[in-house]
Amino acid sequence: MDLDAVAEWSRYVVVVAVLVYLAAWLAFCAEGGLRSRIRRSGEAAATDRSAELVGVGGSSTTAPVSGPGGVDAPDTDAELGPRADRLGRDGRVLFGLATLVLAVGVVMRGVGTGRTPWANMYEFSITGALVASIVFLVLARTVVGKVVAVWAVLLIFVTVGLAATFLYVPPGPLQPALQSYWLVIHVGCAVLAFGLFTVSAVVSALQIASERAADRGRTTGFGASLPDSAALDRLAYRLTAIAFPIWTFGPLILGAIWAEVSWGRYWGWDPKEVWALITWLAYAAYLHARATAGWKGSKASVVALVGYATVLFSYFGVNILFNGLHSYGGL
Amino acid sequence: MTTRMDTRPPVDDRPPPLHGLELARWAWRQLTSMRVALILLFLLAVAAIPGSVIPQSDVNPLNVRDFRARNPTLSEWYDRLGLFDVYSAPWFAAIYLALLVSLVGCILPRCWQHWKAVRAQPPKAPRRLSRLPAYRRIEVDAAPAEVLAVARAELRSRRFRLRRPGADGDDDAVAAEIGHLRETGNLLFHLSVVVVLLAVALGGLFSYRATVLVPEGSGFSNQVIQFDSLSAGALFDPADDLPPFSMDVESFTMEFVDAGNQIGQPSHYEATVSLVREPGAEPETHTIRVNEPLDIDGTSVHIINPGYAPAFTVRAADRETILAEGPVPFLPDDSSFTSTGVVKVEVPPELGDDIGIQANFLPTAYLDENGPRSVFPGARNPEVYLTAWHGDLGLDDGRPQSVYRLDTDDMEQYSADGEPFRSRLAVGDTVELPDGRFITFDGYVTWVNLQIGRNSGRELALVGAVLAVVGLMGSLYVRRRRAWVRASVGPEGRTVVEVAGLHRTEGAAGDRLADEIGAITDGLLLRLGGAKEKRED
Repeated sequence: MDLDAVAEWSRYVVVVAVLVYLAAWLAFCAEGGLRSRIRRSGEAAATDRSAELVGVGGSSTTAPVSGPGGVDAPDTDAELGPRADRLGRDGRVLFGLATLVLAVGVVMRGVGTGRTPWANMYEFSITGALVASIVFLVLARTVVGKVVAVWAVLLIFVTVGLAATFLYVPPGPLQPALQSYWLVIHVGCAVLAFGLFTVSAVVSALQIASERAADRGRTTGFGASLPDSAALDRLAYRLTAIAFPIWTFGPLILGAIWAEVSWGRYWGWDPKEVWALITWLAYAAYLHARATAGWKGSKASVVALVGYATVLFSYFGVNILFNGLHSYGGL
Repeated sequence: MTTRMDTRPPVDDRPPPLHGLELARWAWRQLTSMRVALILLFLLAVAAIPGSVIPQSDVNPLNVRDFRARNPTLSEWYDRLGLFDVYSAPWFAAIYLALLVSLVGCILPRCWQHWKAVRAQPPKAPRRLSRLPAYRRIEVDAAPAEVLAVARAELRSRRFRLRRPGADGDDDAVAAEIGHLRETGNLLFHLSVVVVLLAVALGGLFSYRATVLVPEGSGFSNQVIQFDSLSAGALFDPADDLPPFSMDVESFTMEFVDAGNQIGQPSHYEATVSLVREPGAEPETHTIRVNEPLDIDGTSVHIINPGYAPAFTVRAADRETILAEGPVPFLPDDSSFTSTGVVKVEVPPELGDDIGIQANFLPTAYLDENGPRSVFPGARNPEVYLTAWHGDLGLDDGRPQSVYRLDTDDMEQYSADGEPFRSRLAVGDTVELPDGRFITFDGYVTWVNLQIGRNSGRELALVGAVLAVVGLMGSLYVRRRRAWVRASVGPEGRTVVEVAGLHRTEGAAGDRLADEIGAITDGLLLRLGGAKEKRED
């Protein structure tokens, strides 16, 4: 099989990965559905029991107060719990499998084109999704990470799906400006930071939902099913603390060095440069917000989400809307 | 009057008026507060956005010209607000200068505080260690003094800084602290950012960037009059700052993807140049590629963009007298290098009037119902489609003219059979103009637009940026924390050892501190166990 064919086939492998991500997401959703059913019936049982106690305490009625739910719920719970566990396990296995298939697709693309697979938007998207996927897999071993995984899988499914359809660029050689080892490190760091920021943004969004649910004293529903908002806040911060120096080093500093080599100036207010700086400023604001009294928790998370919006714009917006020096997207 | 005066509330109840000094102090506190820094960061981010949306004259002047032509009224307003030069606009400068002042005003006092904190002793153990967030209590047989000695060794091996023993009566405990590097890193980061900004600002004063378009086979010397464009900082001195080299482009080759779905994409540009470093020096041969500029004593020469220069020979009616010859750079209009340009032929009066040729050069010509165009950027089937004018080119009247456009005010287009004169030439073809003179399309050479420039201060900016990342990592990954070990004789005669820890870093996870305190306790036990065995020996 020649290399071009390997690169062509990688697209089908990536599409398979998309389908496995979808399967993993469905498994997680089914698990989530079961868990909320268990929670509801648990509460219903608790209410029934307290009603029963009131009834007994009052002793005015002789008929025992016991609805059908009150009797059935414990049996169903005993059955539902393991089923939910099984589904969750299946979901994680599928998630792992999807990540593996995606990794194979990315590697095939790299081998087939004979370069690092992040030279256009399609390649950047699938590699960035792979980074995010691996980070989520590592996180999924923790309690907090398990909850996050559901949303992660959906996000990755959408990203890779978009990449394989709208952003797809057939394999081909690089234009002269991209033929440099700087592509490996500069864009490599951008992919890495992009993946980490994505994970962090998901966690920040969940943090806001969790804090709101806690503030309103909700015990059921989506927000209540989430881990403690302080734990989510810390996780989001740690991920950003890893991604931010990478963003400083790769896109900004190495970008400046490459720009000096390739274009003869290290900073020239190209739209991509401007937006990389805006992203940097937004996340700098997030880090400062977390160090400021009165800005912790969901306020800081909102700043983090604004930061992520600028990441998305630096990537999609600048490539699609502006015609600058970084017009390598292949669209 | 007096009664009314008496009804006024006592003067003391009013808020004291703000004197100039107090107002200034208040303003300074506000400016250097984290909240204002946060706002300024956001403001700077928002202020940078228009520069990516609206064309900028120092990034892409051609786009600005187009924009002005299309939106004259809007452009007036943009000019008033400096929106074509956002990054050198006063309001943009105001934001980043305010941020810079806020940063320096915040960091310098913190440097002083940090200096004092680093020199200070770790604080002595609180009375009740059990109230601290991380706490372990064990009982051992070793004497308290021995436990404390071992605790010192254990904490020192974990790189904690220890409080001098017996400082002020706290003989029963060891106090230790670690993680001053966090604040050191934080300060280093912020100071480095200032260094980067200064390097960029000061370097810009001495930097310059020029472009010169060179057809294959010709050259230029590094002088201002030879440049097509020059932008330089305020303190750039053309007499001293330009290295006195000259350069000939011996060949410039372009390669394109010639098959597959990316057909026509450029794949390789390479210029072979002969460089004379100073007048009289030996010529050296160098190659310049897109990512491999040529460095000449701190000045670098880059390939910016390429094109074709078709070569023509224009002869007088006698077929012998050459009126003009040689390659003329044409500007590419599209990615297939369909190029347009003009040839201005000044003719001595005895041989007729001036000739102006307006032509399209098509490296791979293709003709269909949509007209002639180039379908591939490589020169596979080079052809020229031209029309010509005659009259007065207006080159002598002193007005500056574009070399890529004909001023046809005093010229008349040639016509043949009542139609404007047009001709299609392949390499080597000659066409006779209606007035009997001749144009020959001899072939073509490539041209390359070279950028010559120096970025002063780039080394300093790089050092600052790298230090900033190092400091940033210190400030993000180092945790500042304190640990105490107290040993006292318990009620049962055994020694009670309490180990406790406290985080000084906000938002840090408690479980890691608990783990560390656990590890210190285990290390203590291990060392004590070893000591006991020795004693038993």
